[in-house]
Amino acid sequence: MRAMNVAPAPTAAGGDKRLKMLDAAIRRQQAQPDALLEVLHSAQELYGFLADDVLVHVGRSLKLPLSRVYGVATFYNHFTLAPKGEHTCTVCLGTACYVKGAGEILRAARRELGVAEGQTTADGKVSLVVARCVGACGIAPAVVFDQEMAGKQTPEAVLARVKGWTR
Amino acid sequence: MNREELEQIAERWRSDRARRRCRISVCCGSGCQSVGADATLERIRGRVREAGLEGEALVHGSGCIGLCQAGPIVEVEAGTPEAPTGHLYLTVDDATADRIVSSHLVDGQPAGGEHARAQDPFFARQVQVVLENAGRIDPEDIESCIAAGAYGALEKALTELTPQEVIQEITTSGLRGRGGAGYPTGLKWSTVSKSPGPRKFVICNGDEGDPGAFMDRAVMEGDPHKVLEGMAIAAYAVGADRGYVYVRAEYPLAVKRLKTAIKQAEKLQLLGNRIFDTGFNFRVDLRIGAGAFVCGEETALIASVEGKRGTPRPRPPYPAVSGLWGAPTLINNVETLANVPTIVRRGGAWLAGIGTARSKGTKVFALAGKVMNTGLIEVPMGITLRQIIFDIGGGIPGGKKFKAAQTGGPSGGCIPAEHLDLPVDYDSLAQVGTIMGSGGLIVMDESSCMVDVAKYFIDFCRAESCGKCIPCRAGTVQMHELLSRITRGEGTWDDVSRLEELADLVRATSLCGLGQSAPNPVVSTLRYFRDEYGAHVAEKRCPAGVCQMTAAARQGVPA
Repeated sequence: MRAMNVAPAPTAAGGDKRLKMLDAAIRRQQAQPDALLEVLHSAQELYGFLADDVLVHVGRSLKLPLSRVYGVATFYNHFTLAPKGEHTCTVCLGTACYVKGAGEILRAARRELGVAEGQTTADGKVSLVVARCVGACGIAPAVVFDQEMAGKQTPEAVLARVKGWTR
Repeated sequence: MNREELEQIAERWRSDRARRRCRISVCCGSGCQSVGADATLERIRGRVREAGLEGEALVHGSGCIGLCQAGPIVEVEAGTPEAPTGHLYLTVDDATADRIVSSHLVDGQPAGGEHARAQDPFFARQVQVVLENAGRIDPEDIESCIAAGAYGALEKALTELTPQEVIQEITTSGLRGRGGAGYPTGLKWSTVSKSPGPRKFVICNGDEGDPGAFMDRAVMEGDPHKVLEGMAIAAYAVGADRGYVYVRAEYPLAVKRLKTAIKQAEKLQLLGNRIFDTGFNFRVDLRIGAGAFVCGEETALIASVEGKRGTPRPRPPYPAVSGLWGAPTLINNVETLANVPTIVRRGGAWLAGIGTARSKGTKVFALAGKVMNTGLIEVPMGITLRQIIFDIGGGIPGGKKFKAAQTGGPSGGCIPAEHLDLPVDYDSLAQVGTIMGSGGLIVMDESSCMVDVAKYFIDFCRAESCGKCIPCRAGTVQMHELLSRITRGEGTWDDVSRLEELADLVRATSLCGLGQSAPNPVVSTLRYFRDEYGAHVAEKRCPAGVCQMTAAARQGVPA
């Protein structure tokens, strides 16, 4: 397993509200081992990513070996084991977006931010993410800025948005 | 809950509407939301409130109306509910929104610039079964759905039909799986129904992973009760008492709408115990996927519902015999289940009257790419591609030439211009080397490079391969490597024949559908666009101007 993350350890900080909320989410699923995905979703919503000690905690609570928890967390694209940046720029690379120039948008974003997809800028401001398809094919090419979907994007429009974040 | 109570709810909603001058619905599908439909809805509500006309208009959000590229879309139903007149407003800005309110509510006439569905070829050529309620109901208000007929078919199935008779209706309708493979739905139901077991499950596959497809998203967001009702009828038919809807995490709005719908249906005892005062019990839970294309494969999906890595296993046994936790399990796609209430309500023969000899009913397509009208359409089986792309889709923008239509996503293939008059049904599409797929239909013009498109899909499969079997895990990587070389201008004809050999091998020896169908886009582009491959390997040139040839490759060409 990787080295421990620098993020606040949920178990160490006894008064951490998020840990209580995670435990509540686990109780809602009656700590059933088959609810692993649901619990990981809840954990990622609370912490923004899945730190090692969160995975350990989830494994213990659901009585699952860590290998199984880690295996599931790394299998699915949606789960991230590293902290995300303050903002996320998600470029959709679905077929419709691709034939309408999503590749150019991605190249422009890469150049501007100086990071590859899946990475976060050194100042922790922006994560560049690619999506397989966000299902907004009718308004391709689509880019999701944080949670907000924007359609019919151009490299210039995306750069303008991203520059606003990095300023 | 019984038939009378259901009818009372519908009547209450209808009379509420009848008391008002009009009903204003704002499309809140994902496409429209991205261009500010929520703000449009709020603005219209605000204007109505300011004018003190809340009693005059019923204002609500609706599911996807389909013409995504012209959002936000507002539809006004004026007149009486019995003789309504529809007015469709496209690309509505603040000024138009204000005008819609003042014209329809104060002056009692349309605001100008409106469209009529019947005259717009985008709508007029469609036949809506699955999407029949789009724009007519508020997906977050169960009463509006009941007024549109929701749960009436479930009531009919439970009180008038035996499970066997329900299966018979589905068989008669000729419905085939809308997830892509086209397996006869009646046969699947009958197999699950005959499988012995103390417990059975129904799973709704809403893991719409194909890039370029958003049909199921629109159905789950726009008419969630139709999906739940279809599941409940299926459960009654096969003898299940528990269901799961498996939805992608990428579709937060669908998750929210389904959660709301389940809660509302449970409150009215349309889900839960003793539904419609019969002995039938059915509970539905949501399972949220986490971004894995392979989970669209049924055995992988089951593993994921069980909280494991979504890897497939060999079949048989099929899920119909041994599925979720080893119990007989019925897995149907969202669109398949959304057809069910209509079949029960109108009879199997009614649906069988639409479509071609071996493909019955309608198909929802997500029309996207290089076409004027992008969005969601529902067409009868057997319509030609030309009608879809040029009549409904409005043709190719910018005066460019049509090159190919891609169906079936990474598992499908490309249809060239010579087959534009092909009827769209399961068998015709298979004959030209593609599949119906779940309904993504991407139009490409001369500015798309078919070698690059093949590389794009193989890259997708390479990344999404779960890694369990070697042909898929290693084969897709090697195929991608060969295609990359060709698009860089470093490939040879030898590479092309190696690509063909590998395509054969991966197709024949992979464990599940992902690997078995991954070579399809390559095989299909090689079949119809071999000259483009030729230009890349022999002339070191990309006819569409998409691929960047390396300097070394260009120098190798004799001047």
